[in-house]
Amino acid sequence: MELMDNTNYSFDAEPHEYVDNLADISSEDAQEFLNVGVDTDESNRSGTFILKDVSVVHCKTRQEGVEIMKISEALEKYDGLKEYMWKGLSPEKDEFTQLTDEKPSGGFFIRCEAGVKTRFPVQTCLHLSKEGLTQNVHNILIAEEDSDMHVIAGCSTSPHLDKGRHIGVSEFYVKKGATLTYTMIHDWGANIVVRPRTVTYVEEGGTYISNYISLKPVGSLETNPLTYLNGKGAVARFNSILVAGVGTHLDTGSQVILNAEDTKAEIISRAIVTGGTVIARGNITGKVPGVKGHLECKGLILKDGLLHAIPELQAEVPDVEMSHEAAVGKIDKREIEYLMARGLDEETAISTIVRGFLNVEIEGLPQSLAEKLDKAIADTEHDMM
Amino acid sequence: MLHIEDLRVEISGKEILSNVNLHIPEGETHILFGPNGSGKTTLMHTIMGFSGYKVTRGRIVFKGEDITDLPINERARMGLGVSFQRPPTINGLSTRKMVEICATGGPVNVDQLAEQVHCTPFLTRDVNANLSGGEIKRSELLQLNAQRPDLVLLDEPESGVDLENIALLGESINNLLNRGIRRSAKSRHIGVGHTRKKSALVITHTGHILDYITADRGQVLNNGALQCSQNAREILKWIREYGYNECYKCAN
Repeated sequence: MELMDNTNYSFDAEPHEYVDNLADISSEDAQEFLNVGVDTDESNRSGTFILKDVSVVHCKTRQEGVEIMKISEALEKYDGLKEYMWKGLSPEKDEFTQLTDEKPSGGFFIRCEAGVKTRFPVQTCLHLSKEGLTQNVHNILIAEEDSDMHVIAGCSTSPHLDKGRHIGVSEFYVKKGATLTYTMIHDWGANIVVRPRTVTYVEEGGTYISNYISLKPVGSLETNPLTYLNGKGAVARFNSILVAGVGTHLDTGSQVILNAEDTKAEIISRAIVTGGTVIARGNITGKVPGVKGHLECKGLILKDGLLHAIPELQAEVPDVEMSHEAAVGKIDKREIEYLMARGLDEETAISTIVRGFLNVEIEGLPQSLAEKLDKAIADTEHDMM
Repeated sequence: MLHIEDLRVEISGKEILSNVNLHIPEGETHILFGPNGSGKTTLMHTIMGFSGYKVTRGRIVFKGEDITDLPINERARMGLGVSFQRPPTINGLSTRKMVEICATGGPVNVDQLAEQVHCTPFLTRDVNANLSGGEIKRSELLQLNAQRPDLVLLDEPESGVDLENIALLGESINNLLNRGIRRSAKSRHIGVGHTRKKSALVITHTGHILDYITADRGQVLNNGALQCSQNAREILKWIREYGYNECYKCAN
């Protein structure tokens, strides 16, 4: 595929000026950021990191015990982050990780100190604005023991952008008894190639909650984050909401390895196809007795397109409890007529059902973002009909 | 209120109703009897306009207007309401939201309505999700109470309802039909009777619901046609004593 060819991309971009006060960010950018949950009014955030192309334009913590810095700075400060950097996955994994190792464009390092709870979510934004740029990001998130951190990660592009590529290597470490909630909202573009490569380690009693939302067109996105539940009683939950219109190719999944007793994983996804492609993967592997896993993958094809649900369960020992539920198809006519019998016209009935379908409870979202998301889903419906 | 003339209905090419003539005047409640498979539910679904029921002859006139070819929602807007036997679950749509949707005539006090039919616990749940048979009946009545239709179609409102709740259900139906006997201290009962303009068609197998609601007339559907129109309780007695065979003989 031409879009994978490195010679099609530039590796550098004009630097963007650092903005000390987030309120001074250009209104055009601010709107783009807001669409992916990143609010330039910081009063409801515990900190902010914004990377525009290859320049960090803002990086600031607003809460003691929450460390936010450029990855390059963290490498210096913490002696190369030997326990974390490229420990979760290897640069040899594929061409994209390799490229990120060789030609990194930056990334964030966020660490929540032991016992600290973020009062508000920390927000990060990785933004593409230069035509044809490949942004090769490396991020590290650490939730130290008994901490509780929520990160909202927004990714977006400038409206004028046609072609671009984003590679994101992310290594997340959830220590003993800690909770990490990671909400990622994507708003790319019709010709953008996106390759996140994420690995998460969860220790004893830790909880990792991942929310992933992609409602807008994206040329080609492929992500299959891998999570290891390595400590007793560790829990992982994944919620995804995916919409694929014409030209969108989403290949997404979640993979969880249950490596310790009493670990639990739940993967829930909802996909709507209106002309595009969604491949919804899910894989739960039970390696020790007494673990639990549930996969739920539901999809609707409203117009042409492809929806491929691939739920996988792998038990390597007896005494594991794993299940999956997958359903793809069209809206049940009985549901439409039920609503029509209560007075809704057909179009409104369908949009009501679609909105309900996408109404997966996204854990831990601040109210304003939940409302924004609701509106985005309503707008999406409008585009779909 | 409702006139059905010479109605013939097919489901996937198979004739289910051959010749139905029915008149329900304003303010009257009619009971629809009939053996299993006689087409009672088909008749109700055809009146509401659900897909799969093809009218090949005759017409349905509601409030003076031919509604035979109208979409379901337009019939609902005109004042037709139906309770579902097995309504689908709609994921992500709460019962509360559903009740609000039903309130096409203007906002209603959802909490108060829910309280009346003991539905408060499921207001926040997805509509119909994991409800028992009896709970579904109450949830359907809750929705109809928000919709306030002029002609209510009830398909076996008592089936699956425990004894404790059947009286409640009956009272709720009476309310819906402006036939409730509860009234405020200031109003006289005659006032309630005079405002009665609501009509109903009720399917029942057991007749138990007749202990709780007042019916003006009964109709027997057999072999795709209405064969008897009598006092509802009389019909019930006959059926209990002799089964539907007697109705069949009587019609022929």
